[in-house]
Amino acid sequence: MSGINWFRFSSPQSFYPLAAKMIPWFSALAVVFGVIGLYISFFVAPTDAQQGEAYRIIFVHVPASWMSMFLYLVMAFWAAVGMAMNTRLAGMMASAIAPTGAMFAFLSLWTGSLWGKPMWGTWWVWDARLTSELILFFLYLGFIALQSAIDDPRRADRAGALLAIVGVINIPIIYFSVQWWNTLHQGASVSLTRAPSMAKTMLLGMLLMALAFWMYSIAVSLSRARAIILERERHTVWVEELSELNQ
Amino acid sequence: MSWNSATEFFAMGGYAFYVWGSFGIAAILMAGEMLLVRARRRAAFLELGREIVARRAGGR
Repeated sequence: MSGINWFRFSSPQSFYPLAAKMIPWFSALAVVFGVIGLYISFFVAPTDAQQGEAYRIIFVHVPASWMSMFLYLVMAFWAAVGMAMNTRLAGMMASAIAPTGAMFAFLSLWTGSLWGKPMWGTWWVWDARLTSELILFFLYLGFIALQSAIDDPRRADRAGALLAIVGVINIPIIYFSVQWWNTLHQGASVSLTRAPSMAKTMLLGMLLMALAFWMYSIAVSLSRARAIILERERHTVWVEELSELNQ
Repeated sequence: MSWNSATEFFAMGGYAFYVWGSFGIAAILMAGEMLLVRARRRAAFLELGREIVARRAGGR
């Protein structure tokens, strides 16, 4: 059966060393994309005609917002896989992604606030885009709090998975909020259906920063997944043997 | 390139607080997250070591 292979790779025991091999590569990619991205953000991209230098916040704000939404989808995907297939690793992956997603959601709100103050004259408004992103941040916190409130990891995974899956409804709401409602927030910076509304170098800087955040997210989530494996599998023989090698 | 001097660069056209506040927090959050993950991994290994010692002392 092809199922045998699949389960072999989905076991924490074989994932643990695999993740260790992947982390340096994704970290290196994050640094490379980050350095080039920052260079373009500050030294290549021109000053904005309307917003002056304040617009440069876009290079951290938009990638952080993208990652906060994308990571939620990935987290919910692993949560759903864990629920459907009852595999241990899938639940661990969901738990490993949540704090990083929460961090990017907070970063999105924080940078948005710092951008809103000079441009709109206010740190915060209760409009659709901002409020739905705040709900996303709370969904991450709720997922983390719910999981940590339940002692049995498998039950914690199932409860968290339910919350994560129901919360997916918020993602299209965030994404389309600028079209569905009147909002202070500007429309999508990048769209699949029309030409970008910004200078090419600005777009390039934003995409590189997004790639850097993406690679960072993979590296840090994999590291956290390894820590979670150690925590949850500490009663197994393979972890005991592993700890002897490491100490 | 939009800058004639380092001072001009750091001033960010008068938006220094907002621009550096955004990038600064991003850097701090990411560095902090990496430290937290490292600490969590260390704690897991410490706990593991303790349990193995206890298990052996108890003869399993």
